[in-house]
Amino acid sequence: MSAVIDAHHDDHDHGPAKGITRWLYTTNHKDIGSMYLWFSFIMLLVGGVMALIIRAELFQPGLQFVDPALFNQMTTNHGLIMVFGAIMPAFVGLANWMIPMMIGAPDMALPRMNNLSFWILPFAFTMLISTLFMESGGPNFGWTFYAPLSTTYAPESVTYFIFAVHLAGASSIMGAINIIATILNMRAPGMTLMKMPMFVWAWLITAYLLIAVMPVLAGAVTMMLFDIHFGTSFFDAAGGGDPVLFQHVFWFFGHPKVYIMILPAFGIVSHIISTFARKPLFGYDSMVYATSSIAFLSFIVWAHHMFTVGMPLAGELFFMYATMLIAVPTGVKVFNWVSTMWRGSMTFETPMLFALAFVFLFTIGGFSGLMLAIAPADFQYHDTYFVVAHFHYVLVSGALFSIFGAVYFWLPKWTGHMYNESLGKLHFWLSFIGVNLAFFPMHFSGLAGMPRRIPDYALQFADFNAWSTVGAFVFGLPQLLFLWILVQVIRTGKQATAEVWEGAEGLEWTVPSPAPYHTFATPPVVR
Amino acid sequence: MSQGPEQRNPRTGRTVGRLVLGGLAMFGFAFALVPLYDVICEVTGLNGKTGGRYEYVEADAAVDEGRVVTIRFVTNTNEAMPWAFGARAGGMTVHPGGINEAIFYAHNPTSQVMVAQTIPSVAPGRAASYFHKTQCFCFDQQVLQPGEAVEMPVRFIVDRDLPESIGTISLSYTMFDVTNTAAGRWALEEARTEAAGGPAAGG
Repeated sequence: MSAVIDAHHDDHDHGPAKGITRWLYTTNHKDIGSMYLWFSFIMLLVGGVMALIIRAELFQPGLQFVDPALFNQMTTNHGLIMVFGAIMPAFVGLANWMIPMMIGAPDMALPRMNNLSFWILPFAFTMLISTLFMESGGPNFGWTFYAPLSTTYAPESVTYFIFAVHLAGASSIMGAINIIATILNMRAPGMTLMKMPMFVWAWLITAYLLIAVMPVLAGAVTMMLFDIHFGTSFFDAAGGGDPVLFQHVFWFFGHPKVYIMILPAFGIVSHIISTFARKPLFGYDSMVYATSSIAFLSFIVWAHHMFTVGMPLAGELFFMYATMLIAVPTGVKVFNWVSTMWRGSMTFETPMLFALAFVFLFTIGGFSGLMLAIAPADFQYHDTYFVVAHFHYVLVSGALFSIFGAVYFWLPKWTGHMYNESLGKLHFWLSFIGVNLAFFPMHFSGLAGMPRRIPDYALQFADFNAWSTVGAFVFGLPQLLFLWILVQVIRTGKQATAEVWEGAEGLEWTVPSPAPYHTFATPPVVR
Repeated sequence: MSQGPEQRNPRTGRTVGRLVLGGLAMFGFAFALVPLYDVICEVTGLNGKTGGRYEYVEADAAVDEGRVVTIRFVTNTNEAMPWAFGARAGGMTVHPGGINEAIFYAHNPTSQVMVAQTIPSVAPGRAASYFHKTQCFCFDQQVLQPGEAVEMPVRFIVDRDLPESIGTISLSYTMFDVTNTAAGRWALEEARTEAAGGPAAGG
């Protein structure tokens, strides 16, 4: 530890402040990035415990551990915490750490707003989680909080939920504004847009998506708030409103939101694969265009989440074909990753393992997504475990695996130490086996007709569910191993070189490891 | 940022300004979706939404005697609504173009003055724009005294342009208790003024 602080001292006038105020008042993008990542890891564990409660209850048919009321709160909060508390802040944390270093900027464009947008989050999620201990119980209407379940029939604590979503949304919007301002205005001389690293491109597009849809979510929960407390009838049929309107507004936000959670992952995986295949990324330009196309398409497919609400045939067809169209740019990306590996001299360190698993498992999730896009088939799959299998393949083995990969990839740059490779690989293999064991059988229980969000089920689903529960624990427990690996690498480990990985490209690998507290005070020149 | 005072790129302010405006515009857009949704539903007849009061003109009077359309009535009360509510007949057969009348009834069995609002819906949704109501209790709220019962007529015309493929139209009404909403309190107030012999509110 002292060596690290001394290293800081040699390079700069002063390092970070001491004690807790360093973290409270910091405007340093690296400090804030670290806080985001730790926060998201804590949320991952909290949401993970909820997932394990759900899976424990579903291990056998019948009601064993929790009553249905608590079960509903667990499914709802698991979804909310993982989406808004774990995946999103983790990507924002990675953006904070890496984007300034990748584009040769000294810090984010708006460092003080950066501090604010992080420190809102602990309050938002404390508020959300505190509802679980209230008399009325926490949110129990599913993470999609459809009205009137979330308005007329909601527990009294719903107002806390609404303000938590407002706060988390404000934090995301501020983060997005900061990221765009940084990328557009603070690139090193010579770094044109089409020379930017893929992760930066992916985040630029993601940030625009965030600014476009997070306010719509804020609008939706504001309308809920008005319906509940101020006598309006946005979603109440008795007053001339319409509950289906809620679903349209929600999914207008919700569908771009799922791309917000996967586009940065595309960027990360592009870096990792090209590094460990020791080849430049294949088809850089097409990657940029594919990412932009996916972002555009995400705005015109929202109603595929609601094929069963009673849409006219023309609507079903439009949303079905538009959704299938997304497979084209996504296919371009998968093709480019595979082509990057083609005839590369590949090695399989932990980040690469996670990236390869990402390509493979995300593609499976994409295919089940295509199946769900087929409107007539969706009437069968809608709200079954097939949907649960689909979105966990894209969000866990997709988004979350890319985050694990990114952490292993950049840990030596952050801490100055190499992590324990054997333990990293053990973490990967246990996670890989656990994820597949947990989520693959859900395809079958879903196709057989098992509905989601129900604490009990018919006997014929028993075997699939037993496997899923075993898989969930095989996946959940190694995350404590991950915590141990993190603690270990922060404290000790082999000194990492500046380049860290043989053949790694990008400005972040030109600064020493660990990255000094202040980097690129004078911008580098990019040829 | 340890080197001297913060030097902000002057372009940053402009970028941030535009992005904040964009965010605010999208917040407004969320609310704009509400009327937009209603307009789209009304124009396309999606969701079975029927229009407001239909202005009858003589030119409509030509009745298509050669064609028969079955109308079915579905009535529901929302879960918290204790009123008895139904149609005198389960359905009727009509000719497109003709004016028809159906009678609905409501009874308030409670000991409270209550206000009801009924929401109509037409199935199939495609038929909604061909189903015209010249008179409907769903255009207003109903105020019923304790134990009071009322008969309510609906006068409607099925448009002669109704697509050939539609032979049956279901007209569904759901009755909601709106006594404790703003609209309900307003209707109560109006009914009280009327009962007291005050100036009758315009129809």
